[in-house]
Amino acid sequence: MTNTTTTVTPIKISSKRSAEDRAFRGLARGAGLGTFVILFLIGLFLLIEAIPAFRSQGLRFFTNTGWQTTGPHPTFGVLSALTGSIIISIIGLAVAIPVSLATALFINEYAPAKVLGFVPVKNFLTAAVDLMAAVPSIIYGMWGFFVLQPHTTGLEQWLSTYLGFIPVFKSSTGLYTSSFLICGIIVGIMCMPIITSLCREVFSLTPNGEREGAMSLGASRARVIRDVVFPFAKGGVIGSIMLGLGRALGEAIAVAIIISLAFPINFHILQAGGNSIAALIALNWGSGGSLGTSALLAAGLVLFAITLIINMVASRIVNASMADRR
Amino acid sequence: MTMSDSMANTETVATDRKVASSASAGTAPSLRIDGVSAAQLESVGIHAWFGERLVLENVDLVMERTKVTALIGPSGCGKSTFLRILNRMHEIVPSASLAGRVELDGDDIYDPNQRAATVRRHIGMVFQRPNPFPAMSIRDNVLAGLRFNKIRSSHKDEIVEEALVKAGLWSEVKDRQGALGGALSGGQQQRLCIARALAVKPAVLLMDEPCSALDPGSTLRIEQTIQEIAEEVTVVIVTHNMQQALRVSDKTAFFLAQDGNPGYIVEAGPTKEIFESPKDPRTADYVNGRFG
Amino acid sequence: MTSVSPPAKIAIKKIRPREFKPSDIGILALSVASSFSIVWILFFQLTLLSGALGFVVMWIPIFLFMYWLVNRQLFTRQVAIDRLIGSIVTLGALLMMLPLVLLAIFVFERGLPLLSWHVLTHTQQGVVYTPGSHDIGGVAHALVGTIEQVIIAAVLGIPAAVLTAIFINEVGGNFTKSVRVVVTAMSGTPAIVAGVFIYSIWVTRFGYSGFAGALALAIILLPTVTRGTEEVLKVVHNDLREASMALAAPEWRTVWSVVLPTARSGLVTSVLLGVAVSIGETAPLIMTIFGNQVMNTNPFSGPQMALSLLAYKQIKVPLQSQIDLGYTAALILFILVFTVFILARLLAGGAGKGKGSKRKALMARLRPTPGVAMEVMDDEADLPETEYEIEREQVSNAAQPRKGNDDE
Repeated sequence: MTNTTTTVTPIKISSKRSAEDRAFRGLARGAGLGTFVILFLIGLFLLIEAIPAFRSQGLRFFTNTGWQTTGPHPTFGVLSALTGSIIISIIGLAVAIPVSLATALFINEYAPAKVLGFVPVKNFLTAAVDLMAAVPSIIYGMWGFFVLQPHTTGLEQWLSTYLGFIPVFKSSTGLYTSSFLICGIIVGIMCMPIITSLCREVFSLTPNGEREGAMSLGASRARVIRDVVFPFAKGGVIGSIMLGLGRALGEAIAVAIIISLAFPINFHILQAGGNSIAALIALNWGSGGSLGTSALLAAGLVLFAITLIINMVASRIVNASMADRR
Repeated sequence: MTMSDSMANTETVATDRKVASSASAGTAPSLRIDGVSAAQLESVGIHAWFGERLVLENVDLVMERTKVTALIGPSGCGKSTFLRILNRMHEIVPSASLAGRVELDGDDIYDPNQRAATVRRHIGMVFQRPNPFPAMSIRDNVLAGLRFNKIRSSHKDEIVEEALVKAGLWSEVKDRQGALGGALSGGQQQRLCIARALAVKPAVLLMDEPCSALDPGSTLRIEQTIQEIAEEVTVVIVTHNMQQALRVSDKTAFFLAQDGNPGYIVEAGPTKEIFESPKDPRTADYVNGRFG
Repeated sequence: MTSVSPPAKIAIKKIRPREFKPSDIGILALSVASSFSIVWILFFQLTLLSGALGFVVMWIPIFLFMYWLVNRQLFTRQVAIDRLIGSIVTLGALLMMLPLVLLAIFVFERGLPLLSWHVLTHTQQGVVYTPGSHDIGGVAHALVGTIEQVIIAAVLGIPAAVLTAIFINEVGGNFTKSVRVVVTAMSGTPAIVAGVFIYSIWVTRFGYSGFAGALALAIILLPTVTRGTEEVLKVVHNDLREASMALAAPEWRTVWSVVLPTARSGLVTSVLLGVAVSIGETAPLIMTIFGNQVMNTNPFSGPQMALSLLAYKQIKVPLQSQIDLGYTAALILFILVFTVFILARLLAGGAGKGKGSKRKALMARLRPTPGVAMEVMDDEADLPETEYEIEREQVSNAAQPRKGNDDE
């Protein structure tokens, strides 16, 4: 206190609560702390169960590429699955980011409330995006496998024929099904609703004053988006993309349906065969003996750790960008 | 949650108050209220802070039994804060703190053994914006205080009627008590909030600019209500409207905060004196509309 | 009453200024058509490619270029760029919808012809899949499994989720922020991790069962419902909490009788959305319920089946009759999820206060966290008009007394 005239000190206000309120608070607090406990237990139990795998391979678990968990000399490691997860996620984000940003902008800036007087475009789109988030991954996977894949191989063939000099587009096998690219596209489609709904929310927080100010200066809609909406929403967009990345890294079923497991590290996204941590767990579950299970749990632990870090950082960015804009 | 029904079995609101205060008499200093008539509220040396910022300084004010006390002053002078201190709503702001005493008929409501909930039951509050519970019917809104305080009564119909009559709403809603509170007009909602506050028979009713969100017609209706209820309950009202203070209040306190300094009472006294022959020139300037 | 003649109707022509005139629709249509023909020639005649995806990938940039070019010729550079960006954005939204539409068509096209009473009421017990056989078996065991698992998961997860949301939004305290971060982190945890976790903590001790699957689903449901509920609770106006407190209501009363009823419709929606997501989860079921071919109605003992797992297991198999069962399971799954989703949307919009609740939800998001509110207060403290609002802001985040932990 700098006020020299005041010598009074605040009294301590007693906040006695009734027994009922204490019980209620205890219950709610218990639930809140329960989330900590669950998160902690996930890490702890995966670690315990993964010990045999780590003991067998040591640090080579992070550098080995094969997955041989049975026999006298088991060698296995998470490296090729990890790179596979990352490649799929990068492709997925490359597909998802432009479409998601465009959709979020469309819903916020372009969509008329009603078309022809009765079609509620905006509400319909918002609902459709939410529905896409609820569609089971198994259905995305089936669609990718049975419908998208036959339509993609043509493009892949073309890319590898004409752009094959770029290493990423090279295909030494001549087989284009079950490739990283198809997995990536499907995973990207699955990430779209998350990124879209978050971006839409961030965009809608753009202060109306700034928007109208820019418009009254004669800025076109595109200008307003570039100069008002985007700068304002930057943090939130980055955060939402990271949340999408978390989802992409962890997608198991859709990838498991499409990919055919191959363990060498592979950067050729058009070529058949690949790997990802989540798909590896889904596909190899129940095979490979007890050491195999332990190895899969160890891989699960790695996935858990990576997504945990990404999500923590992402939620911080999102929260910060939403908070300090007010 | 049926535990409310199994405990505290008292006949009427009035007797329950006696039970509640005598039950806690052993450990905590009870609020000695007879449960029928209003009580006097007195603030002694009240200071208030938000965080490190002092917003109120040394406020002494007596709010007499069954009188209407108006708190006036320019925006930001701390009169709403002061009002919220009077029924311990101030402390729900995480950074808020205060010093001083508030005595309800001689008992300090900030005594460490005093529960905030008990205090608030005896000192009701009506807010700036009407805030009936939207998920409850009109009747349930009026009875909400009883329900919250586990007061059982076999006279619920009478309590509802009495409270609505006092709030001047009875004739308008008696045939549709089951309608949702949110279905009423703004002025009706505010009178419903008054009825809700009166239903638990408070000793003091605090009103924080109760008419600022209402149209002139509703405002007059509420002012009328205030004067009617003042026969049974002590009323403290914050208002920006000088004419309103003049119309409804018996006593007026003028708050002022200048140049970022904390708010304080410049002058307090009978409303007539404050408006007609203020002692302080700043009071004169304010009530004559020269600033604020 | 004397009749008053109605005011004479004046013919007023409403104007809604538009920049997109009919002639512009012509320009758009021509651009679409010409770019289509160009790509068609390039694609099928010159490079001899195949596949719809490649076609679309080529068509989009060529269309955008044409459209830009035409507008640039006819109008100004600014108009061309504005329209280019407009069409990119619109195309993006269309591209977003495309998979959803195709997906729904796919599921119904493949699954509907196979859907029958027989399929719904039979299991795979005793079904031998051989080439040429048309007996695809049934999904009854999977349907029962899914329903049981989701109900158990909801019973376990929803109360915990709502309580957690109440803790974050109503009770508060030192951990509020960290709990929120943990919940966010949990919501991003891959479903398969929930599966392997339940495997390591439960299945290794008690074996595969529907209940183990339900535990995994509960872990997935928990953060989703918590976040949804938290959003809804934030929308409940703080005035109501204050009114309740001023009536001397205990905290639990305020929450139970005022906050939750007020938020009811949003609450139901967020719960149903969480349930919809958990119905379709597949990955965590692989290592918890394991899957079987026969009916097992007891979720607490022995492997169970679920629709999603059944579909997954029937895909990578050689025989068409097996794959057909997968299609059927996927269709039923889709219908289930869609029904719950539509139910959630209807309940969100149907209740009285539903209108504008989106806006309110957004407004609620604008409210700063307690720490931020402090700064806001200090910044604006000198503006006299805002005194009351500042106090409101301060209170807004949690109706909690000053010393959150005095009772500990």
